[in-house]
Amino acid sequence: MGTETILIILLFFMLAGALIAVETKNLLSSVISLGAIGVGSSVAFLFLMAPDLAIVQIAVEVVLLIFLIRGTIARDVIPQRGHIAWGALAVVVVLLAGLLAFGTYAFRGIGRFGQPVISAVQEAPSNRYLAEGVRETGAVNIVAAVILDYRGYDTLGEATVLFAAILGALTILRVKGFTKGGQR
Amino acid sequence: MKGMTVIVKTITRWVKVFIFLYGVYIVLTGHLTPGGGFAGGVIIACSYILLTLAYGKEFALKRLGPRTTAGLDSGGALLFLLAALLGLGYGGIFFANFLQKRFPGREFQLASAGIIPIANIAIGLKVGASLFLIFIILSILRIVLDEKGQQSMVQHWPEGKGEE
Repeated sequence: MGTETILIILLFFMLAGALIAVETKNLLSSVISLGAIGVGSSVAFLFLMAPDLAIVQIAVEVVLLIFLIRGTIARDVIPQRGHIAWGALAVVVVLLAGLLAFGTYAFRGIGRFGQPVISAVQEAPSNRYLAEGVRETGAVNIVAAVILDYRGYDTLGEATVLFAAILGALTILRVKGFTKGGQR
Repeated sequence: MKGMTVIVKTITRWVKVFIFLYGVYIVLTGHLTPGGGFAGGVIIACSYILLTLAYGKEFALKRLGPRTTAGLDSGGALLFLLAALLGLGYGGIFFANFLQKRFPGREFQLASAGIIPIANIAIGLKVGASLFLIFIILSILRIVLDEKGQQSMVQHWPEGKGEE
């Protein structure tokens, strides 16, 4: 199975999760479907040979999911009584097994522990950064050369995220609000 | 008496300049030594946070008000974007290091690496200002009880420093 096929399957899995999250009536189910999207993108990062991004994604996802479940579980939890829904349980088990198989399969392209991808793949861009970084950018700190020159877009996005976060915090924490008719 | 004890105030008076200068040093030599805009900006914000903790928020807000801080925050973001756009104008590519192509400085010099020091300064301004802004907002909020016993948030601005 090629990488593109796997990525397309993962994409449809994430799309299904997004659709369920939007359409379902129960808030808790919606949050859990969002978690499925996060797990799908984490496995996708693994297939693209970026284990660092996969770890960041899964960590952020788990923390966010805990916060969201803590926020929504008091709102509308429906206690289940009576018989167990065997069909739903079977679907859950099959999905979990499939995800586990995907994750295990993704590790085949990654080298052993202690051998990063740049030592296994010759044409990895990191090798070029390390070899030509000082000549091309003039910065002897290779970290600064990567984050501010080679990957400037990435840093611009980070600065944008920071700006949006500050804006959100200032908007939520202010006392004076604005109503439809004007200032309150 | 606002702020902490006289011991903390005296030590803060001696130490604050060195913390601030260390932050500026980390930002300015980001392309030569470990560090850069993010780390240096956090250290600069920490010097002002120390000032706020030791002397009280009235003292610190008189020196760096919320309006100035918000201006520095936006200015840092705009300076970073301007450096990227100048790369598009003079180098042909967004984020192209046009200064390094035209005036290649010697390695290990402060004036080298083209737009990287400028971008570091912009990010340092932005990160420092925005962290201090968050600290101002959080230090000014108070949760009070009204007559009905309900909790509500109130902002305690020092006189004449209210934000619209």
